[in-house]
Amino acid sequence: MGEVGADGGEPRAYTVRLELDDRPGELLRALTPIADHGGNLLGIVHERGSVTPRGRVPVEVDVACQPEQFDRIVAALRDAGVTVTRAGEDRYGESVVVLLIGDLVETDLSDTLTRVQAVDGVDVTGMTLEAPEGTEAQSSARLQLAARTGAVAAALSAVRSVADEKDLQVVEPVTGGEQ
Amino acid sequence: MRLAVIGAGAVGWAVADQAADREHAVVALADSRGAVVDAAGVDLDAVAQRRAAGDPVGDRSPGAALEADYDVLVEATPTTLGDAEPGFGHVERALDRDRHVVLANKGPVAERYDDLQALAAASAGSVRFEATVGGAIPAIATIEGVGPRRVQTVRGVLNGTANFVLTRMAAEGLAFDHVLAEAQDLGVAEADPSFDVDGTDAALKCAIVANLLRDGGVTLADVAVDGIRDVPGRALDLAAEAGRTIRLVGEVTPTTVRVGPRLVPSAGALAVEGTTNVVQLGTDHAGTLTLQGPGAGGAATATAVLADVDRLPPRS
Repeated sequence: MGEVGADGGEPRAYTVRLELDDRPGELLRALTPIADHGGNLLGIVHERGSVTPRGRVPVEVDVACQPEQFDRIVAALRDAGVTVTRAGEDRYGESVVVLLIGDLVETDLSDTLTRVQAVDGVDVTGMTLEAPEGTEAQSSARLQLAARTGAVAAALSAVRSVADEKDLQVVEPVTGGEQ
Repeated sequence: MRLAVIGAGAVGWAVADQAADREHAVVALADSRGAVVDAAGVDLDAVAQRRAAGDPVGDRSPGAALEADYDVLVEATPTTLGDAEPGFGHVERALDRDRHVVLANKGPVAERYDDLQALAAASAGSVRFEATVGGAIPAIATIEGVGPRRVQTVRGVLNGTANFVLTRMAAEGLAFDHVLAEAQDLGVAEADPSFDVDGTDAALKCAIVANLLRDGGVTLADVAVDGIRDVPGRALDLAAEAGRTIRLVGEVTPTTVRVGPRLVPSAGALAVEGTTNVVQLGTDHAGTLTLQGPGAGGAATATAVLADVDRLPPRS
């Protein structure tokens, strides 16, 4: 399984709000520059029910990428003639890294990720698994989570609860303070 | 002040050694096997020779030091859990006699804080315990200076042995057992390392801080404790790839007291290296205060004991 943000460093979660003409192909045209510049799509809300006064459809796209990639994505969208009404980190305001240690594969890693992902306002934006080495019996995984502002505690609590049930060790980040 | 030093290990002996430099006199010194008492000041050169020969520090019974005429009892016997004896009994005897007490022994402060404060309240003597948390770092005095109710969180790396092991594992890509054996060879880890690597020592320090912030009510049993034995080397690699590392972090918040391996930014204040300790206070008005320094060692910890002696009110 790969990791988001191949440039190194950790990806951050951003939201871009677009206004698209209500015609076939428009959404694809908007998403292509995001993919082309290394953005990882986290979610798309296509608000067909709330057409703007100018008759266009607002679309909210959540994307994970490096900060410099995000600048390029926004520039590329505008170059392609897509209307960007807002671009920033306002929705998924927080990004956390957490480690899981234990028998990750036997305890169904995919189920573990799905259950963390199921928490409202939380997305798993990256995962790297390391198999045991030498005499170490346990595997380790690094999870990159994007959480809506205020949802970090819920995200960590979900990780803890799944880990408890599956007898996995969690190495949580220290949050708050200047560290 | 006239000091009676109970416990002649690394810390107790260093207190005796540095006392004169701070214009205090050592009038009694005891180890587990004997004591020396001298109202004119204990002859430390003679005691040093006895220690070097493996003899008790003096010919008197250990209890004689407790009955000497002193101003401050320095309790530097090894930390014990549960009833915190015999250290607690030494403190009780001193306070009953209206003498001051300075503790380097964590047991009475972590396990019997409420009993300790009750005895202090009934005594003309005072109790201080700077040396019990973070060695030479003035963590307790800083919390007192800010005011315990204005300190919301305390986080820190409070065990040098565990931190040495994690630092070496991360730097060299070595497994826990390998690094622990190396630490034991270097004298950084004890033959029985469980007190350090299983988080008990850091948890006692967190219990002490929590008692200070909450005005009592906390013991070791209230601390959620995880150690570092189960941290694989690969987990440190994964952390490093994300610009982070793993530290055994003690954390006291208004709702939790816990010790466990945590992710911290590699370049952050909590990512201290080797045996260094760090204490970080989250305060109401003063922002985040970070103190770092040697968290163990006889000479360094003795400076915290003697700083406490200097903070005591004069005996009337």
